[in-house]
Amino acid sequence: MKIALFATCIVDAMYPATAKATVAILERLGHEVVFPGGQACCGQMHVNSGYFKEAVPVIANHVAAFESDDYDVAVAPSGSCVASVKHQHPMIARSCGDRALEKRAAAVGAKTYELSELLVDVLGITDAGSQLGSWFPHRVTYHPSCHGMRLLRLGDRQQRLLNTVRGIDLIPLPEPDQCCGFGGTFSMKNADVSSAMLEDKAANITATGASLCSGGDASCLMHIGGGLSRQGSSIRTLHFAEILASTEQHPAQIAGEVQLLSGKAAQ
Amino acid sequence: MSQTFLGMPLLPVFGTGNLHASESFPKAAHRELGNAQLRANLGHATHTIRDKRLQVVSELPDWEQLRDAGSAIKESVMARLPELLEQFEKNFTARGGVIHWARDADEANEIVAGLIRETGETEAVKVKSMATQEIGLNEYLEEQGITALETDLAELIVQLDHDKPSHILVPAIHKNRSQVRDIFLREMPGADPALTDDPAKLAAAARTHLRRKFLTAKVAVSGANFALADSGTLAVVESEGNGRMCLTLPESLITVMGIEKLLPTWQDLEVFMQLLPRSSTGERMNPYTSLWTGVTEGDGPQNMHLVLLDNGRSAALADEMGRSALHCIRCSACMNVCPVYERTGGHAYGSTYPGPIGAILSPLMTGIQAEENNSLPYASSLCGACYDACPVKINIPDILVHLRGVDVDSKRGKKKIPTQMDAGMKAASWALSSGKRLGLLEKGLPLGRLAAGPDKKITKLPGIAAGWTQSRDIPAPPPQSFRTWWAKEHRGPDADGGPMPSHNKGDQP
Repeated sequence: MKIALFATCIVDAMYPATAKATVAILERLGHEVVFPGGQACCGQMHVNSGYFKEAVPVIANHVAAFESDDYDVAVAPSGSCVASVKHQHPMIARSCGDRALEKRAAAVGAKTYELSELLVDVLGITDAGSQLGSWFPHRVTYHPSCHGMRLLRLGDRQQRLLNTVRGIDLIPLPEPDQCCGFGGTFSMKNADVSSAMLEDKAANITATGASLCSGGDASCLMHIGGGLSRQGSSIRTLHFAEILASTEQHPAQIAGEVQLLSGKAAQ
Repeated sequence: MSQTFLGMPLLPVFGTGNLHASESFPKAAHRELGNAQLRANLGHATHTIRDKRLQVVSELPDWEQLRDAGSAIKESVMARLPELLEQFEKNFTARGGVIHWARDADEANEIVAGLIRETGETEAVKVKSMATQEIGLNEYLEEQGITALETDLAELIVQLDHDKPSHILVPAIHKNRSQVRDIFLREMPGADPALTDDPAKLAAAARTHLRRKFLTAKVAVSGANFALADSGTLAVVESEGNGRMCLTLPESLITVMGIEKLLPTWQDLEVFMQLLPRSSTGERMNPYTSLWTGVTEGDGPQNMHLVLLDNGRSAALADEMGRSALHCIRCSACMNVCPVYERTGGHAYGSTYPGPIGAILSPLMTGIQAEENNSLPYASSLCGACYDACPVKINIPDILVHLRGVDVDSKRGKKKIPTQMDAGMKAASWALSSGKRLGLLEKGLPLGRLAAGPDKKITKLPGIAAGWTQSRDIPAPPPQSFRTWWAKEHRGPDADGGPMPSHNKGDQP
């Protein structure tokens, strides 16, 4: 299969390792990955902040970059950005009176998948350990981000994939469905409420005893990781794609100190 | 204000009364977040109701179909509201009731005060009602020398404390039982000085106090949960039975109801009587449902009035994207699941309607430019929990985003100097609408790395971004973007199954 990677702007600029891991997983499965060079951003920040007029060129750019017939499906390592591509792009095009863009955006949206959705529903991955060679001997907890959970209805796809990684100790997070408080510009416009939400999320993560918190959205992970870092916590955040891409021969490198599980980590 | 109809009103007529925030949400939230008692009470109460709701909802195999039915019925009501209102008026009037039409809060208050004055009474008992809070009826009546006594236990607590409700279903959610005891001892005439904070004792004290009032009151004021167009029937759904007392004992009954509360037929009530109790109190069925259809000679109130209230509802109806906010049946499920409401409480929203539904309903009814109501649509992380919980499937997150758009557009061209947010969004639109431009900007990532310094994190940012760094660091950016890596280093799948080792190459210090 020929798969077009939508890296998303935050991963492209801040977390390239997540996009590289996505490429590695798909190539390991024998697929060809292409990177449409015109891509930039889904425009969600503009839309969710009410700047629809400013969102239109961003959306139009995404549609132009991805409307080629040269690939079978598009994939992004983000629930939030995929939800924006699928739901917001046609809606904003319509509300700005551009019916042609609405139609083109809907066509791109129909071909776009979130990573776990593609792996489980399209590529039939049920066991990351045996099918992807995933190996990650760490104590990990997992936060399901709101847009993946509620807009894309990803269910437990990401968690199931993580659960089948060899060597992983996946510890359930208390109150997993509670928002981490990011919400894009909400984190700045309503910084106090956002911080109060983050405080509770961080406390729940800390209570698990995990040394890493995984998830499917770099933005939420940046928020959670930024809060943990400010608290002086040693707990790191890591996108689930990087855990799936990690193998015994080529283990994922994690910034900062992370304790390996005793016994299992024969490095 | 004239009560004479002077012709077609100009749309939209915006709502007045207690629908306005007097300070911006972030400012009010900052204050409320500092109240540790409030946060503890709210956290406990919302989580308890949340769990109860989930349990009773999961019992119904057709819950999703019920939600669809509720949503469809409400949509059809909004589509033919004028016709249904006239049908209801005809049936209500034929059964001996009197209809009054109120364009806004002032008109409704004057009508109710006039009706009470006609009875010669100076006191009225009240059934818990959102509509009368919305118009500020109690305060208005007090100015007119009429005492309105709340009979719902929680409303009574709030009224005795001269406070404002903070939740539409549990108005005293922000108070604990020792606070309630103190209020009773201070404000309730004849309260036993030995009163403890035992909930049963507190309820008994309120019962004694209220019973005296029920037996002497000549006038009652109520709201209504539903009105059935095909029969002219009104309905009140409650837990305590105090509403039933008010609806049956006094001689005169005056009901104030928003025009959106109509249902076409008796049969439609079936859907909502399954949706409402489970969504609001987490009960399979509420203890008391009172339905009344006009005057019955020798039984119950002999004078029956209904004030049909617009107060901005037509304005909300005129908003194609926002009008489904009028489907709301005031169950409060959205606020119980809202992570923002859970932490700030209801007072932060200013309006009678707090939480996610309030954040859309208040600005829709008052217009986005009214006072500080333009800050309400931003009081959400758009997590979507409210949409999932809503029994009539109001897509609150989408309407929040829509209203943010209305807010931004309403200010375009009106400001001499663009705000930081305006300038930032404009610049970001330019940068993020081309892969080339974003790629060029990403060449500056090493500069950010430099700024982060040896501990590889950014801890302080200026301007609006300072909101982020008040509680969060930003990691040092990578030395190169994915885009650059792809162009320079990616050479397709290796023979051994993937270019894994390179995936972090260069990212690490």
